[in-house]
Amino acid sequence: MLKLRVGLAQISPILGSVQENLRLHLERIEEAKEQQVQLLCFPELSLTGYVLKDLVPYVAMTATESAPAIAELLTASESMDLLFGFIEEDKRHRYYISAAYLSQGRIVHVHRKVYLPTYGMFEEERYLATGDRFRAFDTRFGRLGVLVCEDFWHISAPYALWMDGADVLLLISASPGRGLSPEAVLGSSRSVELINQMYATFLTDFVLHCNRVGVEDGLNFWGGSTIFGPDGRLVAQAPYFEESLLVAELDLGAMRRVRMQLPLLRDERPDLLYTELRRMLRQSGVASREQ
Amino acid sequence: MDITQRLLLNAGVTRRVLVAFLRRELERFGFRKAVLNLSGGVDSSLSCFLTAEALGGENVLALLLPYRTSVPESAEHARQVIGLTGVSSKTIDITPMVEPYFEQFQQMSDVRRGNVMARMRMIVLYDHSVQWEGLPIGTSNKTELLLGYGTLFGDMASAVNPLGDLYKTQVRQMARAVGVPEAIIQKAPSADLWVGQTDEGELGFTYAEVDKLLYLLVDERYKPEEAIAAGFDPKFVETVVQRMRASQFKRMPPIVAKVSRRDVGHDFLYPRDWGT
Repeated sequence: MLKLRVGLAQISPILGSVQENLRLHLERIEEAKEQQVQLLCFPELSLTGYVLKDLVPYVAMTATESAPAIAELLTASESMDLLFGFIEEDKRHRYYISAAYLSQGRIVHVHRKVYLPTYGMFEEERYLATGDRFRAFDTRFGRLGVLVCEDFWHISAPYALWMDGADVLLLISASPGRGLSPEAVLGSSRSVELINQMYATFLTDFVLHCNRVGVEDGLNFWGGSTIFGPDGRLVAQAPYFEESLLVAELDLGAMRRVRMQLPLLRDERPDLLYTELRRMLRQSGVASREQ
Repeated sequence: MDITQRLLLNAGVTRRVLVAFLRRELERFGFRKAVLNLSGGVDSSLSCFLTAEALGGENVLALLLPYRTSVPESAEHARQVIGLTGVSSKTIDITPMVEPYFEQFQQMSDVRRGNVMARMRMIVLYDHSVQWEGLPIGTSNKTELLLGYGTLFGDMASAVNPLGDLYKTQVRQMARAVGVPEAIIQKAPSADLWVGQTDEGELGFTYAEVDKLLYLLVDERYKPEEAIAAGFDPKFVETVVQRMRASQFKRMPPIVAKVSRRDVGHDFLYPRDWGT
């Protein structure tokens, strides 16, 4: 299959109400269905809202169909593949910022956010446990990779997914807008757009970024969801600050053409990186013992 | 680095964020209306413009609360803002409310009297917020908050503050962009609590100067000695750092003595916008 019709649902979740957010999801799924969307992405923590603090345990669910919200979304995934964000509770009662990929009534993949920002306005590690893996996964549309917000501020995370075979990166976030300047774009928007474009260019992958909108506890979420093609060009962008459903058709054949011209994937040397990293880690181990 | 350049903002995007903030933070608590104290200065004028844009002028009540020594120009400027924004307004003279208290303490300093007036205005604001069924909108800017240049539970009191992350010089840029009359933007800032009072006279430095220093110390996380190396006068840096430190309590809720396993203040940490 060479064409993939994707949707990015740029929503404004209700803080702490899974029920209301589920309704928001189902509405957007209906809307996307009318536009023949095959894969619909929602932002980070789309089922719960972001500034949860002590609400984390109260909105958490297991990543199984025994969670009512997930059961409903599994049913909805009969009509299109879905990616959404939620608080996951594991068997031993640890909580994660997770993203689940559902397809045809099955949970295909769950990514637990690895990098939890705990600085400045962020305090995720106070409330949440960290994920411990970056894994690409197979879908009916090809091999994909999912990252959540701060994950993709670490260059190693998209790289790891790339090496694991991901051709389409699905990045979801709840990115607070900040950074004033004479430019008509907030500094945070500018940075995220730049790094997403950079990943698309360096990895010759499709890079989709679904960001949320709305306001929580004085934080504004800027939206502006983007799709960059494997040549680094912008395919489509949702408006800033407004709820919207961005729909675009990805020409997956573009990857072949771009990689013929620019065979970065072919020439990449993960073995060399591995050797060098091992050396550096050994040396830094020695260095830290000597300090 | 040209720090003045760093304080320039795009009014369009800033306005969008602030108007959405006002609308959403009121609506989520079931409010469509707002009330604010309009002094005729640039801060409250900007708050008034933004709130009117967010909610519609008919949903905003501007309170003019003069004291007998207030300069007449303040009320005139406030009336211009009311005309331009289409907000409702009410004028209430606070003189008969505060004078009986002043009479009991003949030796009150200007600062004490100013605090009483600022808190009297807060009482009127919060009382009208019940009657008008609207939330009180703040008018304190980032410069004032960082310097602690305001009366705790007085002019610093509000439910929602759209200006708290804008330095005074940025407030002026925004005011110009939304259409606040130039005379209001240009005049010397004053709390007008006593005759001849001006902010810059009382503080001992100008907003233009202190905003640049605060930007380095707060936004860019310069150490004081780095700010001095960047060209700021050591005494000025020391004064400003000391002011920030000494006024930290004004930027926080009252501190709670912890004795239980979970207390309000330390580890009962729900978002303010809980369930909205």
